[in-house]
Amino acid sequence: MHESAANIFINALLANNFVLAMFLGLCPFLGVSGKLETAFPMGVATTFVMLVASLCAFGLNLLLTAFQLEFLRLISYIVIIASSVQLVEMVLKKYSPALFRALGIYLPLITTNCAVLGVALFQTAREYDFVQSMAFSFGGGAGFTLALVLMASVRERLQLSDVPSVAQGTALSLMLAGILSLAFMGFAGIGG
Amino acid sequence: MSQQAGKMSARNWDELMEGIWRQNPVFVMVLGMCPVLAVTVSGVNALSMGLATAFVLVCSCGLVSLLRKLIPKEVRIATYIVIIATFVTVVDYVIQAVSLALYDALGAFIQLIVVNCIILGRAEAHASKNPPMAAMTNALGMGVGFTIGLLALGTVREILGAGSLFGVSLFGADFQPWVIMVLPPGGFFVLGTWLLFFAALERRKQRKLAEATQNA
Repeated sequence: MHESAANIFINALLANNFVLAMFLGLCPFLGVSGKLETAFPMGVATTFVMLVASLCAFGLNLLLTAFQLEFLRLISYIVIIASSVQLVEMVLKKYSPALFRALGIYLPLITTNCAVLGVALFQTAREYDFVQSMAFSFGGGAGFTLALVLMASVRERLQLSDVPSVAQGTALSLMLAGILSLAFMGFAGIGG
Repeated sequence: MSQQAGKMSARNWDELMEGIWRQNPVFVMVLGMCPVLAVTVSGVNALSMGLATAFVLVCSCGLVSLLRKLIPKEVRIATYIVIIATFVTVVDYVIQAVSLALYDALGAFIQLIVVNCIILGRAEAHASKNPPMAAMTNALGMGVGFTIGLLALGTVREILGAGSLFGVSLFGADFQPWVIMVLPPGGFFVLGTWLLFFAALERRKQRKLAEATQNA
């Protein structure tokens, strides 16, 4: 089964959206989606880490398979993700201190974002080649950003409306996410 | 002596109940949401995922607690993650060996236990400061609490979405399943409803308390 890269991209972006259809990366999705101005940079930073992690995981998997060390896959992936987050942190600190300060604590927390490890694990399980892996991780990251931005805009509007006080907080966010997820089910079938 | 033993068991009981009820990871702390929503399409999936997570939680908290004086502070998070990843790999291979069908149903979410915030959170907040016995009791409570949370979602979703419980059909052949409940949106809705329920319960308790103090 050889899917084209464009199909994989569309699929990861919409039909199998990482957050709303596959439940990956829910912690930042519920945590950072309060304001639009933090939601977007967070999405971009996560996308970047995903691309780097996917690139490293692809090379590492070749190496592990060559030496028949597949049982070390999980441990080495998580170490690679942690170090690439560190790398992103250092680069940002040097070249864009303003953005670094804006992201704050959320930057190191990308390490425990299951969407990032999910990308690495899924591309290995589905045996994607290099171009497919890149398309998958970029689509996944873009889908994560899209979901985060949508959620943040809805929640900003909700602050002005009259919600029963018992429903406020996480329960309301989950209901919203459910409605968004229903809407995204309409994309099923796009991208094959 | 017996008084001291009583005190000890009371403390252990306290450690255990913290995770099961007062600080339930699913309903109170709202941590580790990804597997909670993703695998709870049926009771069996929910139960096995809960047990797998509980096993990893107890083992890694025990080991972290044993090594707490040896791990340098600067690299502690990395060390915890490697310890957790080791136990997850064990669970991954065990489930694969015991039941391939279950392994396929849970998919990548077994390996994703590594990034479950509950485990890292417990290792950092509790196990790194307490002796092995207390750490493991606390981890066991958290694991059981997590399993209960998963079951609360999994059973509701299976009953509504497939008309069965643990694979046993409940309503007979002419039951019209509410399919949306086993699809992704259903997960969000059911968890949201549970949280609403607990919020309403908490609200009622506080109102009763306020009334009681007013009357007094």
